[in-house]
Amino acid sequence: MGGRAHRVSLGDAWSRRVHPDLETERHGQGFDVERLTHLLDGGAQNTVLRRGVESLVQGDPDFSLIHNYFMTPNERYEAAIRRRVLLHRKGQRLGWLEDGLQFHYAYRAISGDVTFGVHGIATKAIQSLGSEEQIAKWVPLCKTYQIILTYAQTEMGHGTYLQGLETEATYDTATQEFVVHSPSMSAIKWWPGDLGRSATHALVMAQLVCSGTRQGIHAFLVPIRCLKEHSLLPGVTAGSIGPTMDLDHADNGFLRLDRVRVPRENMLNRFAQVLPDGTYIRFGTAQSNYLSMVVSRVDVLVNGVLPTLQKACVIAMRYSVIRRQSRLRPSDPEAKILNYQTQQQKLFFPLAMSYAFHFQLASLQEFFRHSYNTILNKDVSLLPELHALTTGAKAMITDFCTHGAELCRRACGGHGYSKLSGLPSLVTQLVASCTYEGENTVLYLQLARFLVKNYQRAQQAVGPTSQKSLPQSVAYLTLPHLAKCPAQGAADFLCPELYTVAWAHMATRLIQDAVHHLQTLVQSGAEQHEAWDQTGAILLQAAKAHCYYLTVKNFKEALEKLDSEPAIQQVLKRLCDLFALHGILTNSGDFLYDGFLSGPQVNMVRTAYLDLLPLIRKDAILLTDAFDFTDLCLNSALGCYDGNVYERLFQWAQMSPSNISQAAAVQNRALWREKNKWEDLHTPAVSYRKRALC
Amino acid sequence: MNPDLRRERAAATFDPELITHLLDGCPEKTRRRREIENMILNDPDFQHEDYNFLTRSERYEVAVRKSASMVKKMREFGIADPDEIMWFKKLHLVNFVEPVGLNYSMFIPTLVNQGTTAQQEKWLHPSKGLQIIGTYAQTEMGHGTHLRGLETTATYDPRTQEFIMNSPTVTSIKWWPGGLGKTSNHAVVLAQLITQGKCYGLHAFIVPIREMGTHKPLPGITVGDIGPKFGYEEMDNGYLKMDNYRIPRENMLMKYAQVNPDGTYVKPVSNKLTYGTMVFVRSYLVGEAARSLSKACTIAIRYSAVRRQSEIKPGEPEPQVLDFQTQQYKLFPVLATAYAFQFVGSYMKETYYRINDSIGQGDLSELPELHALTAGLKAFTTWTANTGIEECRLACGGHGYSHCSGIPNIYVTFTPACTFEGENTVMMLQTARFLMKSYDQVQSGKLVCGLVSYLNDLPSQRIQPQQVAVWPTVMDINSPDSLTEIYKLRAARLIDIAAKNLQAEVSHRQSREEAWNLTSVDLVRASEAHCHYVVVKLFADKLKIQEKSLQAVLRNLFFLYSLYGISQKAGDFLQGNIVTGSQITQVNQRLLELLTVIRPNAVALVDAFDFKDETLGSVLGRYDGNVYENLFEWAKKSPLNKTEVHESYYKHLKPLQSKL
Repeated sequence: MGGRAHRVSLGDAWSRRVHPDLETERHGQGFDVERLTHLLDGGAQNTVLRRGVESLVQGDPDFSLIHNYFMTPNERYEAAIRRRVLLHRKGQRLGWLEDGLQFHYAYRAISGDVTFGVHGIATKAIQSLGSEEQIAKWVPLCKTYQIILTYAQTEMGHGTYLQGLETEATYDTATQEFVVHSPSMSAIKWWPGDLGRSATHALVMAQLVCSGTRQGIHAFLVPIRCLKEHSLLPGVTAGSIGPTMDLDHADNGFLRLDRVRVPRENMLNRFAQVLPDGTYIRFGTAQSNYLSMVVSRVDVLVNGVLPTLQKACVIAMRYSVIRRQSRLRPSDPEAKILNYQTQQQKLFFPLAMSYAFHFQLASLQEFFRHSYNTILNKDVSLLPELHALTTGAKAMITDFCTHGAELCRRACGGHGYSKLSGLPSLVTQLVASCTYEGENTVLYLQLARFLVKNYQRAQQAVGPTSQKSLPQSVAYLTLPHLAKCPAQGAADFLCPELYTVAWAHMATRLIQDAVHHLQTLVQSGAEQHEAWDQTGAILLQAAKAHCYYLTVKNFKEALEKLDSEPAIQQVLKRLCDLFALHGILTNSGDFLYDGFLSGPQVNMVRTAYLDLLPLIRKDAILLTDAFDFTDLCLNSALGCYDGNVYERLFQWAQMSPSNISQAAAVQNRALWREKNKWEDLHTPAVSYRKRALC
Repeated sequence: MNPDLRRERAAATFDPELITHLLDGCPEKTRRRREIENMILNDPDFQHEDYNFLTRSERYEVAVRKSASMVKKMREFGIADPDEIMWFKKLHLVNFVEPVGLNYSMFIPTLVNQGTTAQQEKWLHPSKGLQIIGTYAQTEMGHGTHLRGLETTATYDPRTQEFIMNSPTVTSIKWWPGGLGKTSNHAVVLAQLITQGKCYGLHAFIVPIREMGTHKPLPGITVGDIGPKFGYEEMDNGYLKMDNYRIPRENMLMKYAQVNPDGTYVKPVSNKLTYGTMVFVRSYLVGEAARSLSKACTIAIRYSAVRRQSEIKPGEPEPQVLDFQTQQYKLFPVLATAYAFQFVGSYMKETYYRINDSIGQGDLSELPELHALTAGLKAFTTWTANTGIEECRLACGGHGYSHCSGIPNIYVTFTPACTFEGENTVMMLQTARFLMKSYDQVQSGKLVCGLVSYLNDLPSQRIQPQQVAVWPTVMDINSPDSLTEIYKLRAARLIDIAAKNLQAEVSHRQSREEAWNLTSVDLVRASEAHCHYVVVKLFADKLKIQEKSLQAVLRNLFFLYSLYGISQKAGDFLQGNIVTGSQITQVNQRLLELLTVIRPNAVALVDAFDFKDETLGSVLGRYDGNVYENLFEWAKKSPLNKTEVHESYYKHLKPLQSKL
């Protein structure tokens, strides 16, 4: 595996040799890891490109993430700006395209630990919601960082429920300006990234009031800091919201606007416009403005959430073949902990998720590409399904990935509690995702609304044409009803068709239960909204089952396309089986409840599931190697490619400031500050020479 | 006070004070606890630093200062009773962990339990006065819960009558002991004793690690901090490497095993006694699970009564998020669990003291079951609490992610309880071992007693996992006894399945360890079911002794706890034909009703935990509910807001904007 040489490792003497316990795991492959990597990258050419970018980044000590562990939040923020600037310059020098793959891979290589992530999201929001003139005016300024944006939506007292936002933008016909105002304490914008210290402009989501009428949420570009001195503009109060669990580079901030005036042209007007006289014109539907959220949700899942879980799997899996504990046979040495059934049960589900969600997101992105352009052209017919798919995917994937990463962390015993394992920060990055970009329970309920509506449509129109009229993701609601699972033995449960049908049945039944519950309540006199709330727990369950079904179905379909790669197909199929069966076992009550599965069948599922564990065990390390993360990006003492866990843990701990004598600490700090000096960045030759001397 | 919270409190159907008494044990204990808390709050020396704005090094400094002043203050206030010490510490430290904590919780007890009188005379007094600051060094970098795997050696040298302490490999470096990194000057070190060429297993040694007076590491000792962690920032968890480091023979703790001057090893009489400390610590952790979960619940439920969002009825003002069924479904089961664990925690404490008395009188008969039970309950409660705390944090939406909510700190401080004092899966398997032993005993015709006595009924029931309608379908969802019975049947069934699978594997494989491993997922499941039954049973027992006014409230919580468990684990109950499908429908329906029944009392039920705002450390969970104003004030205190234009602008942004 010469191609992987650059993975080994961070230049330490003991890291030239791969730990034998890890080495043996990589022998006797049942499949070609390299080909699986190509598959995950979307083609061999992408793998080459990615590794090229990674080696550029890897070779540059400025991109090292290891010092993060010993920095204050403020230092981390500064290091993240610095990385952003360096990366930008590197990209310019090498002619990387703004939205090209190279930048994408570079972010991945440094775990996205750069500032101005929200600046990027807000820039995209201008592209989705702005008119052509607005895009032409603002986007170039953003791309060259002449202005730095934040996306100011969430308020202290209001989150996912957008209609509840209090910030107002009232049109003043006399001056042709909007007056943007935070009317109360709870209306203060709270949480937006890049706002605390960086942003010069805010894309403020506010209630538009014109000619005395409220027209709902619209986006306004509001300058907040002076472009010369960076001081706050009159009427603006802004700052940092204080320490959070992680994401120090995100620079989360607050923003209070006291009747700040912006010109009429600062309202983004692709989908709606206010004429000089205050007349309001809408081009799209009221939901069109949500398009920017769909864009950023997909982006967050693909680039932020899923790779974070995958890294947790890599770290936990590698550590589990190095760590030995107790004996399996009295005469043997202590066993690798990955040989314990309980450890396999803990880790293989997150591993299966890592692949399941990869394929699910691939299919989501395909649908997204297909529908996005039609929506931009103001054909919104696909928007409801796009919205349902992204809300469901967002809720389920962030939910499961968070849970999976925490499982991985705890599976590493005490060392999983050390930040040097890398796992705590993976977990704290992920847990944020359960509430940002839409709180998951609320999202599941939004999806449930879509499901209920389509279920009712499917009921109303029975016949051959009905299936066509349903969006593809809910077409299964019209499938012929299957009352009992036909499986006769454990082996039958290793059939993707069979368990996909089982999940379709489960989702359909739960949606049906929810609809039934709703109807019963309404018939007994409850009002519609009341009935909806009183069915919340059931709706939630139904939406979750639907998401599980979709994930299983996508995984199954992805496997079907792998006929030309039988070895990879076989090993991935085991993960698909495990994913589907794990869900059946944890929800066995639901499957038993209506007799779809019998007691003996649940035992078969259990047998099939437990028998999968030793099969996956053989390939476990290769399956995580295939994600092909560099050591730099894993930034974990436990999870490096070479497996020299204990040496690295000991060495990294020595770097802790608390272990450096007072004199040395002062010196170190001075060195660090020196290193941070801006001048360095502008005299690359000098800094290069300095580095060469080190 | 926030009007929503005022309304909630006025609407409660019971007096929270009465529940507080119940949780504390009696009104007198509540009175005394508050007295101690007020002593601290009224003490002008008491400072309340918000650790959220401090660096790790500053936090450590504050924690050391608090630890030191605490010893003085406790003496001043005359606090000596274990409960009183705990109350005092909880408020005095305001969620800081204590770098010298292990001196009191491990170093001194080990000295007392395993040291000779002479050894106690030498070290006990100085360690109580903190001239000696001790820690307890057991875990190594490569070895944790499996103690026999520890590598550190203590080799006896009869010529000089010394032990030579060595860390022979990287993996043998002592890793994690609290207070070891910077604070301690002595450690109890667990090491493999080698004398006359033979290894006698693990023994405890008192090892001086830093020079008295200068606090510098002694020659032969490499010691330091293991670096940043998920939580416990102010704790200097440390590492210790020893190279041919010599200590006198007298530094081996010799109350039981001894090494004579000539190197002869004298075996201990019984080593069961060392179980005592483990049992104590694990039962304490059960109490911690209850306290941490109760705190998280208090914050999430109060905040949910203040936070308003979305709409239930179109056109009406935004409702309190606590009015949403989905929010209730998230939080109320956690609340019921917090109550259940409170009762389990106090049961464990009482049992420990009771059994400790009989151990004192030489009766060790109850120790094996208690040991097995504490292992499993520690795992069961810490796992559940871990999930529950996170559920509470998520229920606070975005603000739960900010340290202002206080829940991140509760989580990261609590979550190591899943690994320390025995990794939870290993703990569950220890309980399983006891369950399998009891099962075998019953199979061979003997009766078992205690909480596993239900296994005595197994042979007569001849459980066949696949046989239909073995169980009499007796469930009455309005009867605590019936629900306890249901959980008992589930545990019996899963233990039976695990035992049969284990037997089947044994008959297929050569080694019992291998068979055990291949059944371990089933075994853990069986242990969990047993623990779940124990929790339900202990909760149900608590209902019988209640005075009437509280009974209804506690019964509702009990029903919620037990029915929620049935709903979540419906597969186990359905598959065993312990309940029918239509009973599950009934359970789910009743659950939704209970949410509505508990709703008016939710705030009062968390008020009853009686946490001071200082202890909660949460802007969202404040007693007065004035969340938003204080959130803004809190954020303004962030060091990043000291100047309007942050220094990073001049360093990074300005050049970026001008040069690119």
